[in-house]
Parts: sequence; structure tokens; C-alpha cells
Amino acid sequence: MKEILKNIAGVIGLGVILTSCSYDNYEEPKLTLEGTLVYQGEPIGVSYNDVYMELWEQGWQRLGSISVAVDQDGTFSSQLFAGEYKLIIPGNQGPFRKIANPESGNDTIPINLSGSQLMEIEVLPYYMIRSLNISGGSDKVEAAFSLEKIITDVNAKDIQEVFLYVSKTSFVDGRTSIANTRIGGSDLTDLSNISLSVNVPARVPTQDYAFARIGVRIQGVEDMIFSDIVKVDL
Amino acid sequence: MKKWKFIALCSLIAFVGCDNEQFLDREPTDILQEEQVWENEDLVFSVLADLYNRLPDYQGVENWWEYANFDEAFASNAGDYWRHQNQEYNYDNWGMWDYGLIRDINLFIEKSEAATELSAEARERFLAEGKFLRAMVYFEHVKRMGGVPLILESLEYDYSNDPTYLQHPRAKEHEVYDYVITEMENIKGDLPVGGTRSRATAGAALALKTRAALYAGSIANYGQTTPEVSLPGGEVGIPASMATQYYTTALAAAEELIGMGTYSLYNNDPVASENYTNIFLNKNANPEVILAKDFLVQGRTHGFTIDNIPRSIREENTSSGKMNPSLNLVQSYELLDNSFAQFATKDADGNPIYYDNPMDIFSGRDPRLQGTVIVPGASFRGKQVDIWAGYKLADGSVITSGELGGQAVLPGGSAPQQVVGFDGPINQMEWTAQNGFYLRKYVDTAIGSGQRGTGSAVWLVRFRYAEVLLNAAEAAFELGDMAKAAEYMNLVRRRAGFPTDLSAGEITFERIIHERRVELSFENHILWDYKRWRIAHKVWNGVSTDLTNDPGDALAVSTRVFGLRPYKYYEPGSPNHGKWLFEEFVPAPVFNAHRFRMGNYYSYIGDNVRNNNPLIVRNPNQ
Repeated sequence: MKEILKNIAGVIGLGVILTSCSYDNYEEPKLTLEGTLVYQGEPIGVSYNDVYMELWEQGWQRLGSISVAVDQDGTFSSQLFAGEYKLIIPGNQGPFRKIANPESGNDTIPINLSGSQLMEIEVLPYYMIRSLNISGGSDKVEAAFSLEKIITDVNAKDIQEVFLYVSKTSFVDGRTSIANTRIGGSDLTDLSNISLSVNVPARVPTQDYAFARIGVRIQGVEDMIFSDIVKVDL
Repeated sequence: MKKWKFIALCSLIAFVGCDNEQFLDREPTDILQEEQVWENEDLVFSVLADLYNRLPDYQGVENWWEYANFDEAFASNAGDYWRHQNQEYNYDNWGMWDYGLIRDINLFIEKSEAATELSAEARERFLAEGKFLRAMVYFEHVKRMGGVPLILESLEYDYSNDPTYLQHPRAKEHEVYDYVITEMENIKGDLPVGGTRSRATAGAALALKTRAALYAGSIANYGQTTPEVSLPGGEVGIPASMATQYYTTALAAAEELIGMGTYSLYNNDPVASENYTNIFLNKNANPEVILAKDFLVQGRTHGFTIDNIPRSIREENTSSGKMNPSLNLVQSYELLDNSFAQFATKDADGNPIYYDNPMDIFSGRDPRLQGTVIVPGASFRGKQVDIWAGYKLADGSVITSGELGGQAVLPGGSAPQQVVGFDGPINQMEWTAQNGFYLRKYVDTAIGSGQRGTGSAVWLVRFRYAEVLLNAAEAAFELGDMAKAAEYMNLVRRRAGFPTDLSAGEITFERIIHERRVELSFENHILWDYKRWRIAHKVWNGVSTDLTNDPGDALAVSTRVFGLRPYKYYEPGSPNHGKWLFEEFVPAPVFNAHRFRMGNYYSYIGDNVRNNNPLIVRNPNQ
């Protein structure tokens, strides 16, 4: 009898341990805020982990921001609680200029989050990569594209250099590339017709495809603007 | 009746028992009170010693690992491999916000001013030293964070529930530099001339002044190349128009120190490389050191030698050889004819070059190389280090072993023999010369300094005469006085062992970068120099490139640390049998490039700081 009671007590104790956590823990955030950085509906490509935004929620004793990273294709997403947020893109982030938000009148974007939300944030890039064509074959990648200068007023900036990056994975920029080639901005004669090609060294282990994209560095702007990522056969 | 007697007795005790008011008010016997401290010179001195001890050093003999953050050294220690694997530096790296220390120094200064019991002479000196320390700490802040609030008195809270009067905005960056420069000008007369190298002197004040003015001048000058690294309020960034004035101040302060005649270049040893090493090891007859953090005062030592002594010579079985100077640094030491060359490992046709002796490849170079680095075949503490990676056969294959001094049977042989050095290099073998080199600078030659029980008493040099000369050379160069720049730089180079001087026409900005890189390597300069020249984001740009073939190119991308592997050639019968050949390589733990972002120029100011004081503005590009 005593043994049985001990066993029952043990099972109840175990049950308490296993279930109690659901009582004293907060529920995880369930609302998703996601979106894309766009110019006239076209996403702005950037490098991973380089461009980020800040979400601020007022009403707390201390202020601290929630950092929202922008992915390579200009998308972002964040799991949040319902509430009133303010989204800002910190100064000098991204290869673009900010556009004043019509609601706040400045670069703060107010977000009233009551359910999951999909948004597009319009920005003004210095340049856009147009009519991109990247192809590959026999250990070589070739790219042809044009650049459209979007900002032409006093804030216009020149191009410092243009890169073609080739990576083994779909993370493509200077950090991960196995081959790259560049043209300096002063050597670009015709922005509407730029071509780059690069030989890709042998891959270990063997891999008969790669990922490539174009990156443009603008003078005095740290973050580069990137094209879409294209998977090419080698 | 009995009751009354009892009551009377109680009242008597109650009224007369505590007659003596000092009964509860006793002098403590285990701590010293403030008034007691401030009436005794020795006690004030120990308060001051604590403040000296708290001066921060980003890199030093007590935190060797920070030297491995850039391209000077490879960290041959598994716990520090991550330094070569990060894709970028965090924004809060090398940051600092130590107003606790500033408050303590302010209190020290205020107490010194009010201390009437001390002799006037002692009081003046304490006061000047307090001001020197405060300027040092503000200089540490401004080079890391940009302009910070200049708090020059201790702040007290009045418990009014409104602390806003304690909130101060950041000063402009140049205001902090101006404060350091002016303060040094004001106090240098109150400090002794020479006599000590672990306390502030007039020489130390001038050395700080010239360094601060040089930093401010180059931020003004080269800040123009990175306009985005600035804030509209001037908390970060100095107007370009102020550059000339700062360079002039830097040159004048350096020349004043040179003119004092108290200091000179260390030149006691006949062998140039030994002479260079001994600048840091010789504490007795050393006219070069201006200010140092001294050890073995009251038995205090550090473990730098335990951590960095060559593995085959170590005195303790815990650690060794953790810092391997990079090939990037090693190849940037010039040839004795003032020209640059990478190490000759292959001839024009791509065939390996064979050397009779492992040291031959390093011969004919700047003697500072072997004063800073223990190269394969060199000796330390009278014993030769054993650095070689294995036997290379005629077909290019390598016979080596996975353990230090490991053995294997060579082709055609019968008995196993040693096929790799007792110091490595072996892939992923920590605490050895994993990239082919050991550090020599600051590694103690005294027997016992590599043991835990004793430790090393080598001091950490914070200011030395050669730096002052290089400051003068740089300031003169920026002011267009090439002859003077050459004169000061040649003083340093002649001492280093160069037979031919540089002419005025040969002094370029890259020469200055290069000279500081080799003369002041592992002395906590590289980060601050590259920051003020605004070249950190170019040299450490995050791109995995090969090591430059032109070591004279001071602006070449250098994001990964490289090594040099010596092999013995094995082909019995061949004239090259038994000779040495070398191969450049990237140590296996190095798989990401250093990337210094624009936001790294000025470190992140913590959220807690900005929450407590909303007047603090953020640093740019973060």
C-alpha cells in the first residue's frame, strides 16, 4: 500500500513538473509583421545581416529597440505582440534614401499591430539594376545589365564600383563569393550597357551550379545595392 | 520597598550609564577614514596607485588576446579561434563608458585641493597627477567613443526626484581633444622631470599631448575621406580647417619633449635585434621609456610569458605560444636597402627556392623583425626553436605527423624518425607556432617568468621616445616639412639598424603607416592609428583576398592572417636534399575575413546610457 502511494505521488509530482511551465511562462508573440523594401513595387536587394531597421514600442519604463534584419531580397519579418510600434530605418542604413511617411510627416513609420500584417516600405534607391541577364557555363559566369540613376538631384551620388559575385550557396556577396570581378565607377562608360564575366575556380566538393548576383557600391554609401540572385549552371 | 529600590537602580543606569557620548562613536580599527587618508602622503599615494592601476589598456600584457583581433597576429588558442571566424566586428567592440573611474579621479582632485595637511609640494604633484590621469581616461574615451560629456567635477544627486540636472550632453569630439591638450600644457610644469617611469612626469604629459594632437589632426584631415563618419553636432568628426593647428601642436609638443633631453633612444646592445627586444625587457638603464605600467611592485606579475613562450622552451605545462605574429606583419619588415619584398619562396618559373638554413629566408631584413618575432630556426633563451612542418618529397607530397615532434618512416628508410618540429606547425594544434612564428616582443627572457608561481614582471610600455619621434615625423610630414619628417624618422630607423637613411623625397603617407606598423607593432597602436587615418574600413574590408605581393603597399587589403610553413626537402641523392623550402598558407581556423564597418569607427553607446540620459546622441552608421 505504502509503495503504491509512493508511486502515485511520484507520478503526480512528475505531472506537475511537466505541465507547470505552461502556467508561469508568457505566451510567445504570435503576430507576424513582414514586408519588403521596394522602389515602385520592385524589391531592393541588399546583403544579408547588413541592413536593419528598428522597431520601438512606447509605454515601457526603458526604451530599447527591436532590431529587424533585412534579408537579401529586401524582405523582413518579425514575430511581435499586438501593440503600437514605430518603425524607423536608422541613418545611413541601406543603399537608398528614406521617404517621409505621409502619416507621421517624417521618416518614422507608425504601425498599429492588431493582426499579422504585410507591408511594403517605399524607399528611394540611388540606382536600380535593370534588364539583368546572368548566364553560366564551362566554369564561367557572365552578366549583362544596365543601371538606372534614380536620384538625380543634389543628393545624387556616383558609382564607386560594380561587382559580379559568384557563390556556392545562395548567400551571395563579398563575404561568401568564391569568384568575383569588378569595374571601377570611373571606368563605366555606358550605364545602359554593362557586362562582366568571371572565371569560377574548381569547387570542392564538386558542384556543377552556383549562385550569382550583381552588387553596386555607391560613393559614400556603405551598404551596396544588389540584383536578384540567379542560379547558374557551370 | 524592594520594588522601589529596583526602579531607582534602573533609572540610575538609564541616566548615567551613557554619560560618555563617545561610547557608541568609536574609531574603526579595520578601515581608514577619509580625513586620516588625506593627512598622510603615503596613504594618498596608495589611493593614487589604485587610480593608476585602473587606467584601461585595450591591448596589453594582461589581455594578449585582443592583439589577435586584427591582422597582426594569429591566436593559436582554441578559445580564441573565433577572432578569425567572425564576419564583422560588433559595434560595441572596444567601447568604454567609465564615468565611475572619472568620478573617482574627480573626487581625488577635489580632495587633493582641499588637503591642508599635506606639504604644498606633495599636494601640487598629486593634483597634477590626478589631472593627468583624468586626461588619460578622457583620451581613452574620445578615441573609442568620440565626444563624451566632459565632467570635470564630482556630481552629487540632491534627492529632489529630478535628476535631469545631472544629465550632460556629449561634448564635441574636438573639445575633448582640446581639453586633453590644454590640460597637459597646464600641468606639465607641476610634474617632475624624469625620475620615474610608472608615474606621470612632464615627459609623459608632453607625450600624451603630442599623441592627442596628432590624433585630432588626422581625424580632421582624413575625416574628409569619410564624410558619413560624423554627426551634425560635432560629437563625431572634426572640421578639416583645424587639421593644421593640431599638427602644429603635435609637432611642437614632440619637439619640446625631444628638447628636454631627458629621453633618448635605447641603444645599449650591440646586436640590433637584441637591442630592440630589450627596449621592453630592460627596466634599469632604459632612457627610452616615458611611461609604463610596471610590474613586480609588491610582487605583482602577469602571465604574458606563460601564454606566449615557445612551446619547446616552456616552463609550465599549462600553455604556451598563443600569439603567432602573422605573415602579413612579418613580410612587411623591409630589406636593409629600404626596399620591400615578399619572402622568396618560389623562383620565376614557380619552382620552390631551397635554403640551406631556415633563417636564410629572413636574412637581410630590418633587425626589428627578429626583435619582434621568433622565426623558424631562431633562438630564444639560448635554445633554438624547432619549427618545421614536415618533409616534402620530390613528388610534392608531405610526410608529417599530427603530434609535436612526431615520428614516421621516410621512403627508403627503416626506422621511424622525427618528421615535424617540436614547435609545430601542425594544423589546429593550439599553443604552438601554428602559423610558423612565435612572438618575441614582451616575452620575458628571465628564467622562471614562464611559471605560474612567479610570472613575468616585464612592464607594459604606454609611451616611449620612438613613438614621440614618429609622431613628430608624421606631424611634420602633414605640415609639408619633408626634411624634418625624414630626420625624425631616420633617427628611429638608424637605431633599428638601417645603414642607409631615407631621403626627404621618399617620405610618403604609406611610409609613415608602415613605419608605425613595424616599430609599434603589439603596442596597442594599430587600431587607433587605422581609425584616425580612416583606413580601417579599406584595409579590413571583409573581402577574402590573398596576401598582397607588395608588402610596401600599406593600404593593401589584409583581412586574414597568413602563415609561413617551412619544410625540409627529402630526396636522397639530390643536391637539394635536406634543404629548406617555404610555403605561404592560411591557418585552418582562419575562415572569415575581418570586416570593419563604418559603424565601428566609433563604438556603440549602450542603451542603458542613453536611457538614463536622453541627451546622449547615437554614434553614426550603427
